Amino acid sequence: MAEKPKLHYTRGRGKMESIRWLLAAAGVEFEEEFIEKEDLEKLRNDGSLLFQQVPMVEIDGMKMVQTRAILCYIAGKYNLYGKDLKERAWIDMYVEGTTDLMGMIMALPFQAADVKEKNIALITERATTRYFPVYEKALKDHGQDYLVGNKLSWADIHLLEAILMTEELKSDILSAFPLLQAFKTKMSNMPTIKKFLQPGSPRKPPPDENYVATVMKIFKL
Amino acid sequence: MSGKPVLHYPNSRGRMESVRWLLAAAGVEFEEKFLEKKEDLQKLQSDGSLLFQQVPMVEIDGMKLVQTRAILNYIAGKYNLYGKDVKERALIDMYVEGMADLYELIMMNVVQPADKKEEHLANALDKATNRYFPVFEKILNHGHDFLVGNKLSRADVSLLETILVVEERKPDALAKFPLLQSFKARISNTPNIKKFLQPGSQRKPPLQEKDIPSLMAIFH
Repeated sequence: MAEKPKLHYTRGRGKMESIRWLLAAAGVEFEEEFIEKEDLEKLRNDGSLLFQQVPMVEIDGMKMVQTRAILCYIAGKYNLYGKDLKERAWIDMYVEGTTDLMGMIMALPFQAADVKEKNIALITERATTRYFPVYEKALKDHGQDYLVGNKLSWADIHLLEAILMTEELKSDILSAFPLLQAFKTKMSNMPTIKKFLQPGSPRKPPPDENYVATVMKIFKL
Repeated sequence: MSGKPVLHYPNSRGRMESVRWLLAAAGVEFEEKFLEKKEDLQKLQSDGSLLFQQVPMVEIDGMKLVQTRAILNYIAGKYNLYGKDVKERALIDMYVEGMADLYELIMMNVVQPADKKEEHLANALDKATNRYFPVFEKILNHGHDFLVGNKLSRADVSLLETILVVEERKPDALAKFPLLQSFKARISNTPNIKKFLQPGSQRKPPLQEKDIPSLMAIFH
């Protein structure tokens, strides 16, 4: 009997959200245990966290930590990591790009107002001049529906997540990228992803002040 | 045409050093094209060589690979330093990511504001001795020479690199970790790594304060 993966994290996006996206897109049902108050200490004390940190995902008899390790394992397991070393390399490059972009956005709620404002402008510039042009060009050059190997991969799922996250910041961010707009529509209509985008799914909302305060408290930041 | 990988980066450790370590450990000869001034970076950017306009970039097997992790993953896979199956990979990835966090902390110390530097370093060294090294000391209790699968992997290379970087700031960092001490000696003596640790190799020295301005000038 296959057990469902179990995700340990706070009740919010943070570093766990990309993992929720990938599992959901792969059609894998999972459970979540949300960390509140003393739960982090408990997990640390019972030796569940290799480096005393979350995300942690219980999967296939392992207690996996480190976001990238978890994502690479899931991608490999569910055939979302290309067919050979070279396709993997392209997927890795694309995912690292969207990771950098989303990382900038994730840091915003924890920044002072003036720093935040400057960074929003920087993120918008980077998104439209450094990152999105790369993915637009990739889709244009091969004319296929997916970024790598004419097949759905982790890179496509991660890109969709990044597009939606950036749109939350600036709703017309894709105005100069017609192929990314079409990509977004197509990907969002895939059955597993469509389900994940509906209310009531495990997808978490954008962080608000309450979430920031909770995170600062739990992680003693 | 040599067919050797070509590394594009300034003549310093930065984010390229782990790549140098991994290639060296795999016994792969490589060439380096050093960025010395802003124009060198701009040239790479304008001729479309850098996917996200950034270095590190490594020319290898007809590709211009960017993003440190993508580069390292490719090299590890190609030279059989990435375990024998998905579960060994998972362990290797966890270990390597933990060490990357520690390495990043130490690396970032040089660029901290003067009044925060000491505290930052103390925190980094505290994490090394209380969060990271104990994990690897415990793993080595399995009695094998290497961290995963009884075979050299990128995790061992990464651990040795990280140990040496920490010891540069705190020479007795391994005082409480006898298994890590013997690990360090053992891995340092494997032929490829021994060669890389000798003077005249492509290993880069620690960053000096005086070199920071010219580095910053390339990127800003």
